[in-house]
Parts: sequence; structure tokens; C-alpha cells
Amino acid sequence: MPDTQAARPNPDCRAATMALLARATREELDQPLRAHWPKLAHATIRAPEIGLVMLRGRMGGDGAPFNLGEATVTRAVVELATGERGYGQFLGRDPARAEQAAILEALAQRATDRATVEQEVLAPIRQRLAEEAQKKRAETAATRVDFFTLVRAEG
Amino acid sequence: MYVAVKGGERAIANAHRLLEHERRGDRNVPEIGTGQIEQQLSLAVDRVMSEGSLHDRGLAALAIKQARGDLIEAIFLIRAYRTTLPRFGFSVPLDTAGMAIRRSISSTYKDLPGGQVLGPTFDYTHRLLDFALAAESEPAAPVTAPVDTEERFPRVTDLLAQDDLIERNPPGDPEKPVGDLTREPLAFPAERDLRLQNLARGDEGFLLALGYSTQRGYGRNHPFVGEIRMGEVEVEFEIPELGLIVSLGVVTLTECQMVNQFKGSLTEPAKFTRGYGLSFGHCERRAMSMSLVDRALRAGELGEERTSPAQDEEFVLSHSDNIQATGFVEHLKLPHYVDFQAELALLRQMRRELETRSITHPEAAE
Repeated sequence: MPDTQAARPNPDCRAATMALLARATREELDQPLRAHWPKLAHATIRAPEIGLVMLRGRMGGDGAPFNLGEATVTRAVVELATGERGYGQFLGRDPARAEQAAILEALAQRATDRATVEQEVLAPIRQRLAEEAQKKRAETAATRVDFFTLVRAEG
Repeated sequence: MYVAVKGGERAIANAHRLLEHERRGDRNVPEIGTGQIEQQLSLAVDRVMSEGSLHDRGLAALAIKQARGDLIEAIFLIRAYRTTLPRFGFSVPLDTAGMAIRRSISSTYKDLPGGQVLGPTFDYTHRLLDFALAAESEPAAPVTAPVDTEERFPRVTDLLAQDDLIERNPPGDPEKPVGDLTREPLAFPAERDLRLQNLARGDEGFLLALGYSTQRGYGRNHPFVGEIRMGEVEVEFEIPELGLIVSLGVVTLTECQMVNQFKGSLTEPAKFTRGYGLSFGHCERRAMSMSLVDRALRAGELGEERTSPAQDEEFVLSHSDNIQATGFVEHLKLPHYVDFQAELALLRQMRRELETRSITHPEAAE
């Protein structure tokens, strides 16, 4: 994963970080923030807001796009005292979590905090998601049909 | 003459209070939680999200609770709520080929790549009422099986496309804006992007009936289920300030690829044609019906004679939306006292005229 390598920000790393933060529970963000950055100050660049993103599909799966329907999205942007700007955004409605995700996204850009964010925040989320996905896949795999052919009686 | 009628306020307020009371039902029975609806009535949630055209499980569950399980009323609540929110933009088109598959079946290929994966399905159940569920139940944990992590699930239609046996999907024109019903009112003829958006939020019962009608001969197009797949797909969105495409999380989708009777000519080899259905959540009947109607509405483009309701886009697209439909049907309940008085006066006048005529010209009345 690119986000375990880089200590300095690069776009891929940020996207991977944001993807994990987007799927975090409030607890997964709130708990490490309080434990490791209890006195962190930040400025609000964009206050958490709930809005809509129109989800698009493609005709036949790979053809021209069409509008399928909207989804609720929450987003927030914060800035740390040291200048890093963090973006939080995900499906659903949770202003507090969007702000926490933005703060952690900003912290992940700070060389001094990158490792802690990875270890205390991102790694546990990544592991939970992997476990959940593995469980779903194993349950799904059990419903795969094993066809067998009956010997045809010759007459 | 316009007659203002007032005086219903107290009755309305009391009626709504009574409605709340009825919604709660017998207070000796525990109140249902939105979490319970979200988890245990999940297919109702999926339908409300699809036809409400807003993906948000929690909101859909709340709407179902508030609407006392009346799904069209719940969809109405969702449609109304969405108008209060700003739109941030559009997602990158969803990649259903990259779906984390929880169900994938084909009725055209027994040995489709990845196999026939049934997933959680009502298919092959005996449709017998399970009286054990009337009491509280603790179902057995799902069976698991080893997973091949390298496994891929290419679409069945992509396999047909490799051999050029099925028409290609129309490529997108990046210069052309994607039609959006929520911004521009529907106009005819409608392009396929608008038709698909309309069908995606259309009433499931209406789509089902129209799809069924094509099977019974009203716009027959010989469908096969190339593939139905259901599972989770990543939603990607570009943050313009950063020029960065990021994931916002995953949504569950159901996709139906209908493979239909071929089309060819003296110069062009015959190919199968396509109908497409896509839905939020696990809505298989809806995705299948949508794909049948999508294919039927392509009649003009494929040079077929348009003779049946399912092929008539003005008929289909104008009547598919159950919120528009229920609004117009249900408005008949509202006071029409003045309209009706006018009709009544007209009727009386007609009868008077007939009476006068029959007195002065008795032979004309016979």
C-alpha cells in the first residue's frame, strides 16, 4: 500500500488515506484523536456540510454514462496550525466524523505524525475492512453452485 | 367565482395527531427502531432509496417508519428531503466490473467466470410461511468456503463482446453533458441516458408490469439474463481543489445485463442486442424489469415497429414516477367544491333547456 511508504505527502498516498478514513466508524477516528492529539488546534476552512453527489452508471456497464441517483455525502476541510490542509468526505451524514477525518487527513501529511496516523488509525481500519471483506467472500463462496453431470442412460 | 374556504385547521392538526398515534400502534408492543428497519427490512430500504433516488439507508429507514410502511409515502418523504440539500457534484461512473461480488448468476452460460454464485436469494425457496419466525429467531451462522483471492468476475456480456456476438455499448462523448431529470424537465424524444435515469427511479410495479407485457407479446424482444450481479462498488469523486479522485465509500448495487434477440442486415452480421438495468441495493426484480423496458424503449433506434406500450417512451417515461402519479391521483381527494358546483350548475342548465324544448317542441324530445 502506498500509504505505508511515504512520510511526505503525494497524491496517491492522500487518496489512499482518504479512502480509509471515508470508511471509518466515528469511534475509529474519535478514540485515537483523543488519545494521541488531545490538544490539537485547527482552523475550519470549510465547516462540515451535508450535501448530495449524483452517482453515475454506464449503459451496459461500460458505455456512455447516465445519472443513476444521488447519495448523501458529508465533507469538511480543516487547517492545522502548521499549515497542512486536511479534507474529509464520505457517503452518509455525520458532520462530526467529517471534521475528524479532515483533521486526521491533515495529520497524515505532517512528517512527525504520519507514522502514528498510520499505526493508530489507518492500520486498524484497513484490517477491519479486510476481515469484513474476507468474511463476506467466504460466505458468498459457499453459495457457488458445483454442477455435476449425470451419466446419461443410453437406450 | 372563487370562494375561500377556511376552518379546517383544527381538524387537520387533530388528524395528524391521530395519525401519529395510529403509527405507534398498540403501545404495549415495543416501538420499532430505524436500526431494525435498516437491518431487518433491508429490501424495503433498498426500494425506497432507489425510487427516492437518494442513497442513504438511515434516511430511508426513517421514512419507512414515519410513513407506517407505506413505501410510496416514504419515497415522497425522501424526494422532498433531497431538495433541501446542495449538490456537491457527480461521481466518477461506477465500475460494476470491479464489484465485490455477493451474487452473480447467468441464465445463458452455466460456467460463467467465477461460477454461478447464488448469494442471499429467495430463489429456490418454497415460499412456505415460516411460522418459527413469528417468535423470535436466531438463524444459523452462514456456511463459509475457501476463497480464491485471485478470482475475477468479468461480465458475461464482455465475453460475448470479445467474439463480437453482441452489440457494443454506446461510447460516451466526453463533450456531451449527461442528461439530468432533476435539473431539466423531461422532453421527447428522450435520449437513452435520460430514459435510464427515469427508469432507475421509476415505480417497481410499473416497470415490472411493462417488462412482463413485453414477454407476453406486447413488444416482444426475446430476452435472456446474460447476468445479474449484486455486491459492493466503490464510489469515487473528484475533489476539484486538489485535482484528486478519492473514494467516498461503497454502495451496494444490483446490475442486470439482458441479452436480447439479434439485429443484423444484409451487410452487417447479426448480433445480440442489450437491455440494461442498474439499481441501488439488492433489487433484482427492479433491475430485471428496468433492463426489459430499456430494451423495449430502444425500438426506434433498432428499427423495430413501435406498437406496444412498453416501446412508447412518452407513455412509459411520463407514467413511471410514482410520486408524480400519486400526486395527481391523490389530489382528487382535495376540495373541488367550486369545480363541482360549476359542473352541477351546467348539468342543471342542460336539463332545464331540454325541459323547455320538450314543452315548446314536444316532437323534438322524442
